[in-house]
Amino acid sequence: MATAVPVEQKWWSGGRSPFNVEYGKLMMWYFLMSDAFTFGAFLISYGTIRFSSNGWPDANHVFSSFPVLGSGYPLLFVSLMTFILIMSSVTMVLAVAAGHANDRAGVMKWMVWTIIGGLAFLSCQAWEWTHLYHEGAWWGSNPFTNFDGSKASTNFTNFFFTITGFHGFHVFSGVIINIVMLIMTYNGVFDRRGHYNMIEKAGLYWHFVDLVWVFVFTCFYLF
Amino acid sequence: MSNETVIHSLPDTASTHDIEPDGHHGHHKESFITKYIFSQDHKMICKQFLITGMIWAIIGGLFSVLFRLQLGYPDQTFPFLEDFLGKWAKGGRIEPEFYYALVTMHGTILVFFVLTQGLSGTFANFLIPLQVGARDMASPFMNMLSYWFFFASSVVLLSSMFIETGPASGGWTSYPPLSALGDASLGSNTGMDLWLIGMALFVVSSLLGGLNYIATILNMRTKGMSMTRVPLTIWAIFFTAILGVLSFPVLLSGFILLLFDRHAGTSFYLSDIYIGSTFKALPNEGGSAILYQHLFWFLGHPEVYIIILPAMGLVSEVMSVNARKPIFGYMAMVGSLFAITVLAFLVWAHHMFVSGLNPFLGSVFVLLTLLIAVPSAIKVFNWLTTLWRGNLRFTPGMLFAIGFVSMFISGGLTGIFLGNSTIDLHLHDTYFVVAHFHIVMGVSAFFGMFAGIYHWFPKMFGRYLNNTMAYIHFWVTLAGAYLIFWPMHYEGLAGMPRRYYDFSPWVSFNNFQGLNRFISIVSIIVFAVQLLFVFNFFYSVFKGRKVKTQNPWGANTLEWTTPINPGHGNWVGEIPEVHRWAYDYGKEGREFVPQTEPVGANEQKH
Repeated sequence: MATAVPVEQKWWSGGRSPFNVEYGKLMMWYFLMSDAFTFGAFLISYGTIRFSSNGWPDANHVFSSFPVLGSGYPLLFVSLMTFILIMSSVTMVLAVAAGHANDRAGVMKWMVWTIIGGLAFLSCQAWEWTHLYHEGAWWGSNPFTNFDGSKASTNFTNFFFTITGFHGFHVFSGVIINIVMLIMTYNGVFDRRGHYNMIEKAGLYWHFVDLVWVFVFTCFYLF
Repeated sequence: MSNETVIHSLPDTASTHDIEPDGHHGHHKESFITKYIFSQDHKMICKQFLITGMIWAIIGGLFSVLFRLQLGYPDQTFPFLEDFLGKWAKGGRIEPEFYYALVTMHGTILVFFVLTQGLSGTFANFLIPLQVGARDMASPFMNMLSYWFFFASSVVLLSSMFIETGPASGGWTSYPPLSALGDASLGSNTGMDLWLIGMALFVVSSLLGGLNYIATILNMRTKGMSMTRVPLTIWAIFFTAILGVLSFPVLLSGFILLLFDRHAGTSFYLSDIYIGSTFKALPNEGGSAILYQHLFWFLGHPEVYIIILPAMGLVSEVMSVNARKPIFGYMAMVGSLFAITVLAFLVWAHHMFVSGLNPFLGSVFVLLTLLIAVPSAIKVFNWLTTLWRGNLRFTPGMLFAIGFVSMFISGGLTGIFLGNSTIDLHLHDTYFVVAHFHIVMGVSAFFGMFAGIYHWFPKMFGRYLNNTMAYIHFWVTLAGAYLIFWPMHYEGLAGMPRRYYDFSPWVSFNNFQGLNRFISIVSIIVFAVQLLFVFNFFYSVFKGRKVKTQNPWGANTLEWTTPINPGHGNWVGEIPEVHRWAYDYGKEGREFVPQTEPVGANEQKH
């Protein structure tokens, strides 16, 4: 059976990276592990408080509005948001692939699409927050009732705005990083270096932010 | 050959790292700012961490002397206190509010600012590149940022001590609701916000540093330096960095939720509790104060290992060098460090046995907590067997290393008491706990740090510390630490609670008044001896005996193959290749065999 690594290759004996990656990518992976613990702590706190509460609002009822169309479309808008974010992950993959091929025009095209996807997601989030705010929802105030119609505690909105806000902040940082990467690509920085590793690292971060959204989405909208 | 000739005798050669080796009169003209302030040289960043940590240690230690005055002499006044502290010590007696602020700041400063970043920041920065054979950290720039975030967090915390309502005073754990409500205590106003902001900056600093330490250890080892050949210092720092990277973010989440509770009307930790000062129930509903304790101790427990693991690494190295013997059980040492790292994440609730935790859950945490005794005991026996029949050289570093083991045993044994929930119900929040963690974590980690400073000072500054002052420092500190903390076990067993301002209203504790006074007197003496060390440190930086040989301790590790005063880039010319582990002491008739020496044809494997 053919193996990619020759038997003689000593990966751990020093003088080289044991994972065959440069230090930046290693740091990015460890950073993402660290950040996963931040989000993990938030979501576990959310679960703890929700589990110890008498009731909780119905997501289908709370998130049922769509711009222009009005209300009565449960989870339609958030599905659109999720679709946009996942598509931006697809375009990010294409940007990384173009980077592997040292194709500057391709990297730029797909980075532009990724940035547009990120901005679109943030705009959707801004609309949703504004809409909820006008319905009276904010940190410390919750107009929605529990499933059974009883009065709900404010922790539904408290956690919703804190956690989606923290995630939105990550998306925002990701957009900034992607814009910087786009400018560096445009200036030919990576061509001079001979590799597009930076795009790959930005891609790791971007996919992580998408992955976190899957968990946030599940916890707040589906359960 | 003089230092200058050594440095300039070889031409600069291409290295595996971007930084060109240049001696201290290198080709790049360095300004004062780039060399001493915004330096990206790991050795300078190490000194920045060390000196900042020392300043914090003096402040934190002084605070303990101040509150020991109150505990030892509750019926007396000290007019000079009013001169210094103004309204916080009216009439020369510390105000109760300020007493709590002093206790809180003492804990925060020593746990985080001295024994986390002061210890890890110093020795991770200094030893990782020098001992694994790298020109510098993986990212010197992030390394510099790590220090400056630490500096910023220091400034924020220091500034909180000068505001009108005083610094945070809810204990270093800052449990809500006390820390969440400004009405609950003076320190829970602006002081608490500054504490939280300072700690958030601290988490960023720790993250930037930790990522760098991990990446450097994994990626930048020189040729031949496999993971089983690195000195134990590196293993210890590696596990410390992983602990920090995975546990501090959880604390950050907890702090963010606390900030929202304080300012945005949320109910994460607050519920409809009744407040005595306003005679009303809070409007909040549904929050859980216990949730904060879980989030806090998920960091808080790994944090004590973040403090003790680097000290263990330093002690292992210093002890082996000065016993002129290989460290006993190298792989067992690595394995026990790993076991401690894993268990560190699984025992946090043993701080919460009295919080209303389900007793069944408590029993699980008892089991996991007691399991830590296994790797800890492995380490202790390995240190003792390293000393056994060694050719001991009692350098100051070695004395502190031995003192570390003594302290770690004494404090570790009481950990077995406290780890049992049934005994903890009685001992919780008594002086027994204070005695336990000060000995096993506070004093031990300080001993490890001192061992490291005395041992590597010649490498850091090219000069020796004064030995006479060092021996006074060691013996007084060793005796003093036991005299301070040993009696606290008796007080704790008798039920004397910690954090109390004045015990005189309780008749049952009156018999401890003399003991309390004794502890206070000893702590003043010990603090004075630490100032002697600080004097020794700064005096020796400028006037100490100069190091004349490259390898004054006869050690095997790579840092002693660099020039006496290494420039940025550490080695002149090629980075040396490594052929053996770091512990070939007393082998086949030779006192020591440096790691750079190839293994002979007929040489036995270790």
